[in-house]
Amino acid sequence: MNLVRRTLLTSVTLALGVAALVSPARAAGEVNLYTTREPGLIQPLLNSFTETTGIKVNTVFINAGLAERVAAEGARSPADVLMTVDFGSLAELDQRNLTQRVVSPAVAAAMPSWLSDTSAHWVPLSLRARVIVASKDRVPDRTMTYEQLADPKWKGRVCIRSGNHPYNTALFGAMIVKKGPAATEAYMTALKVNLARKAGGGDRDVIRDIMAGICDLGVTNSYYVGLMLSGKGGAEQKRWAESVRMVLPTFADGAGTHVNISGASLARHAPNVANGTKLIEYLLSPEAQKTYADVNFEIPVLAEVPLHPVIAELSAMKVDTTSLVQVAGQRTAASMMVDRVGFDK
Amino acid sequence: MDHMEKHGGLMILAAVVPFLVLMPVVGLLVLALNGTGELWPHILGYVLPDALQQTAMLLAGTAAVTLLVGVGTAWLVTGFGFVGRRWLEWALLLPLAMPSYIVAYAYLDVVHPIGPIQSALRFVLGIGEVRGLMLPDIRSMAGCILVMGFTLYPYVYITTRAALLMQSAEAIEAARGLGAGGGTLFRRVTLPIAAPAIGVGLGLVLLEALADIGASEFLGVRTLTVAVYVTWTTRGSVEGAAQIALAMLAITFTLLAIERTLARRRDQGGGAGERVPFRVVLAPVAGGVACAACALPVALGFGVPALHLLVNAVIRVAEFGLPADLARWVWNSAALASVATVGTILVGFLVAFCHRHVGGAMATAFLRVSAIGYALPGTVLAVGLLGPMAWFDEAVAAGLALVGVHAGTLLSGSSAALVLAYMLRFMAIPANTLEAGYGRIPYSVDDAARGLGAPDTALAWRLHVPLLAPAGAGAALLVLIECMKELPATLLLRPLNVDTLATAIYAEASRGTYEDGAVAALAIVLAGLVPVILLVRGLRPRRRRRRAFALAPA
Repeated sequence: MNLVRRTLLTSVTLALGVAALVSPARAAGEVNLYTTREPGLIQPLLNSFTETTGIKVNTVFINAGLAERVAAEGARSPADVLMTVDFGSLAELDQRNLTQRVVSPAVAAAMPSWLSDTSAHWVPLSLRARVIVASKDRVPDRTMTYEQLADPKWKGRVCIRSGNHPYNTALFGAMIVKKGPAATEAYMTALKVNLARKAGGGDRDVIRDIMAGICDLGVTNSYYVGLMLSGKGGAEQKRWAESVRMVLPTFADGAGTHVNISGASLARHAPNVANGTKLIEYLLSPEAQKTYADVNFEIPVLAEVPLHPVIAELSAMKVDTTSLVQVAGQRTAASMMVDRVGFDK
Repeated sequence: MDHMEKHGGLMILAAVVPFLVLMPVVGLLVLALNGTGELWPHILGYVLPDALQQTAMLLAGTAAVTLLVGVGTAWLVTGFGFVGRRWLEWALLLPLAMPSYIVAYAYLDVVHPIGPIQSALRFVLGIGEVRGLMLPDIRSMAGCILVMGFTLYPYVYITTRAALLMQSAEAIEAARGLGAGGGTLFRRVTLPIAAPAIGVGLGLVLLEALADIGASEFLGVRTLTVAVYVTWTTRGSVEGAAQIALAMLAITFTLLAIERTLARRRDQGGGAGERVPFRVVLAPVAGGVACAACALPVALGFGVPALHLLVNAVIRVAEFGLPADLARWVWNSAALASVATVGTILVGFLVAFCHRHVGGAMATAFLRVSAIGYALPGTVLAVGLLGPMAWFDEAVAAGLALVGVHAGTLLSGSSAALVLAYMLRFMAIPANTLEAGYGRIPYSVDDAARGLGAPDTALAWRLHVPLLAPAGAGAALLVLIECMKELPATLLLRPLNVDTLATAIYAEASRGTYEDGAVAALAIVLAGLVPVILLVRGLRPRRRRRRAFALAPA
């Protein structure tokens, strides 16, 4: 009895003590970041920001539900900067009135013209191209269009992740903007026939499966190729990446390669607006953009910053400049199309 | 009523629990009703039928595997003596420490065409080309059923084993005396006695399988929960997601109601015998088969993934060193899980005590409602909880504003929110376990105490708590393990700067860098092993004799 009571007492005291310790603090000289980007990718950037400016960055990585969480927290939300990938998510934050415009001449100057949509509050930080990877041994083609993936000659030879993944719904959304829903649905149906295995897994699995000979072609994001080729993913993954060639695809209309962006917005009720703006300005600075390029193998938004040598061929890429706001508007339609066609089945 | 008035205070206190548990459902309802419903026809036409079919297949398959493995191994381990029985008895619990999503990631690597197993097979068979040997893909329904089955069978194993150990030794021996052989004995005596317990274990398995998001999504199985998640994130409609979630809840409640009706026929015969039934010692060959049959689930559910994690973690650490934040993750995981466990057990005890002491329909209703959190997948619970927490913060802020105090967020985005989510999700464990524990304490004990003039508090603390300690400890350990493994609610609700082992692993796995997550994954498994081992030691039946083979009468 005594033991039970003592145990209970200790655990309750411990519990209360711990609960007190783990609550978030909010003080000057800090900025609160809500992001969907994984810690390994952006922590180096945040560390150098803190070193340069002395402002502490408090982060929470939310894989899904960023908008829900910020919306639920409402006017008292501690979020200052909202960082995410995929312009669909960024557009959603705007649509739900969770963001405010970033007022900064430095930011305005750094943005490339085709991305400076004044109707949007979000600020692009880096680009990633949706590229085709092809087996070096089994596929001689060096140029390809996205539409050619649906060509019957590739039947049973294509690997791709789930059609409902945001990276793919963005690509399909761009196709809807260009060719209309009927043509895109036909494309999806034909592409499904060409799949070597069920659409699923991740982009890295696509490269692994090409190396294993399960398929000969696949669709992946450019930074994975860079990551794996550089050896940062381990020797095994370097082997996988070396067995494939990166093809910079265009759409049939010749407009260029489909890109997605990672970006940031300033939260509508940000308690630390000045610090939040400083963080976004920092992320667009040459130093930070170089980190995006060198550490994450992404394509910097700042034109003068070079790409990582391992993916230098991307500098020859022509970017499809279809309005991202328009493409984002087609995302739900694209996703419903994936369901109708049974792409993931 | 006189009785109710006497216990009014207790009842009001206990009523808070079901109220809180219902909050996420209310939150979901509000979300669902907010929607314009334009996505609903599409969901009804293209998403739901497929999701229902896949869910049904997954549940049926998982049930089959867990029943076969869980009941089979429990029967072997309690009824027979064979080489290795003693350590297999507890080793069979090890898969409890393995979150299903980790098992899925590990097996994908291990059975991938260029992974170790297929490479070895090709070497042995002399096949050069990878394409020459095409085995079934684990990213399929069958693969998911196997992963879930071999990860979740311990729930059935625990409950079945407990029931088989507690069954009246006299009943078994009487049947044997009447000439019943092994098969008849199993079918007509053992199985009926153990059936309610098997049902409870199976219920837990099905709820876990239904709520799973990590393994199912990864292996390409499109269950209802995955449909909720995808509708939310990709189709961009949280309202649509809430609608699917509520539909799923309705199905779950129906299943639970059926399970409740079946479980009411429990405690039939079979005393609370502490005597261990007679164990038949198997001949060497049969014993070897039994040993292998019990070792296989341990190997598949724990051994293979753990070994893979260990190898990868070692390689990772050798190349890159330990993750810098590992200590912080371990601390966060342990702290949150501990606080949640303490809270859950205390609150669970409150509701169970109320049910026991006050009785009546309302107290029973409180107990039942408190358990529904388990039927809500973590993501769904978290999304449903966001709204009510915001309302609470609004109310408190408004109240504080009246006295001129400006308040920031209180509950939303705090670790209290996360602890609350854990408590609501896992309340079913102590609620059901303590209820079962109370079932073994005769009412005469309460009556005697009251006759001696003991007040309610003394009854609870000085009498019930010590008697319930074993059940309570078992429940606490299970809750601890579950909290440490919990992923989706943690991802959504956790405060700034707080990462647990589970979220750290997920962050790496979602990038495809499972190996980076290997160290954190191994840490979760190791952390989960501690409670599992404690659970095992607690589950050993208290015997007066040390010997497992009790041949002499008591």
